[in-house]
Amino acid sequence: MIQIVDLHKSFGGKKVLDGLNLDIKKGETVVVIGQSGSGKSVLIKHLIGIIRPDKGEIFIDGTEICCLSEDDFFKLRKRFGMLFQGAALFDSLTVGQNVAFGLERYRDFSEEEKQKIVRESLARVGLRGVEDLMPHELSGGMKKRVGLARAIAYKPEIILYDEPSTGIDPIRADAINDLIIQMKKEMGVTSIVITHDMVSAYKIADRIAMLYEGKIIEEGTPEEIEKTENEIVQQFIHGQAKGPIKEW
Amino acid sequence: MTMSNRTKIPSYLMFFEQLGEIGILLARTLRNFFRKPWERELFLQQLEEIGVRSLPVVSLTAAFGGLVFGLQTYIGFHRYIGQGSEAYGGPIISLGLTKELIPILVGLMVTGRVGSAMAAEIGTMRITEQVDALYTLGADPNRYLVVPRTMASIIMLPCLTLYGDIIGIACGYFYNALMGVNRTLYWRNTLLYLELWDIVSGLIKALIFGLVIAIIGCWQGLNAEGGAEGVGRATTRTVVIASISILILNFFLSRMLPANIG
Repeated sequence: MIQIVDLHKSFGGKKVLDGLNLDIKKGETVVVIGQSGSGKSVLIKHLIGIIRPDKGEIFIDGTEICCLSEDDFFKLRKRFGMLFQGAALFDSLTVGQNVAFGLERYRDFSEEEKQKIVRESLARVGLRGVEDLMPHELSGGMKKRVGLARAIAYKPEIILYDEPSTGIDPIRADAINDLIIQMKKEMGVTSIVITHDMVSAYKIADRIAMLYEGKIIEEGTPEEIEKTENEIVQQFIHGQAKGPIKEW
Repeated sequence: MTMSNRTKIPSYLMFFEQLGEIGILLARTLRNFFRKPWERELFLQQLEEIGVRSLPVVSLTAAFGGLVFGLQTYIGFHRYIGQGSEAYGGPIISLGLTKELIPILVGLMVTGRVGSAMAAEIGTMRITEQVDALYTLGADPNRYLVVPRTMASIIMLPCLTLYGDIIGIACGYFYNALMGVNRTLYWRNTLLYLELWDIVSGLIKALIFGLVIAIIGCWQGLNAEGGAEGVGRATTRTVVIASISILILNFFLSRMLPANIG
């Protein structure tokens, strides 16, 4: 479904992605792990055209997307939902308006239907009766869940999760893990998850890919990753300060 | 392109690069003026923010601008031509205010009040990924953020300027009347020599200043990076760049817009 070929991206002379290759199949959940600042967020922003590559190709269902016009990207983005690291809720809109934002632009619903979907989406992430609150009235964890409700409200085919469990207590984090699994089972959603949380990664991933120095250095099922002999991956998944990764 | 992409570019080239970025933003914004869907609600909000909420500060600056212009014109005529000639200052006050002083004062006040707020608001949205979220949720940030602000700015700046003209001229008259100038002669001269084009050319300037303020404010906001400090920098830059642009543009517009001196 998604094929990333030899992707390169630099910022101010610093190479962030350096020939990255990754294939993601339809309905699969791929977890991308890697150090902070290794380019994980940059990678997923390429998929929705927020960042354009310096070199390389990205295919979605066989269509190369890197050179699409802004109008074509608009059509493509309907297929994506994204949960941002800091939730990225619109400060000036209520929770309900935030969740309805994508619905209003991507689908044609009556006001009543829209409100029903907003309530259902919020209920899915364990929130009820918060539609009229403003984002600044929510805790960090609640913001994250509203962000997730917004991402799933218009039922996208592909969901990109940028650190879904960061800033949430372990119980809520596990509930979000369950939700990611549920989305996959019920709707056949393809998910790309960026996380540092290995507990989450092992639970939700069909495959785990490790991003290091701009490349995917290892990928495999959670079991394969756990047993890998790659010292860099071992150091990262066990959270050890000593090892081949020197920059931290 | 983000600012971090520019670190290796020499500063003189960076100037042209930034000029190009502003040009692209301007072209895209003007093109989107005519493309649906329009963000009507946001546009109305901006009309209120830029227009209605700027009224107190415009009233104050126009009033004192008119008073001080009235004062200096009174002194000038009294000193160089003699007592009784002050009534001829009416057209000069009105001409100076409508063509130059009020458009500039309104432009600078709106830059400080609204241009900086645009940069801060959009800058905060950018660093908290709200601008990226707009993309993913099917809203073009240019149409959602830049177009309503720019449209409202180019509509409200001329309105504020016209309002400022009235306040300024009234206050210039008020000062002269207070100093005992012949009121009938003052008004007759003003109405005789002040032409509609003088007022219109001031409004054209205000429209262009409105465009400059909104585009620079939005451009700085959309390029903000580096957390709260970056937003602060974007805000400061907006005020400095827009203010200087207004003063420079004002001179060239004064040269370009025809004035009836026959």
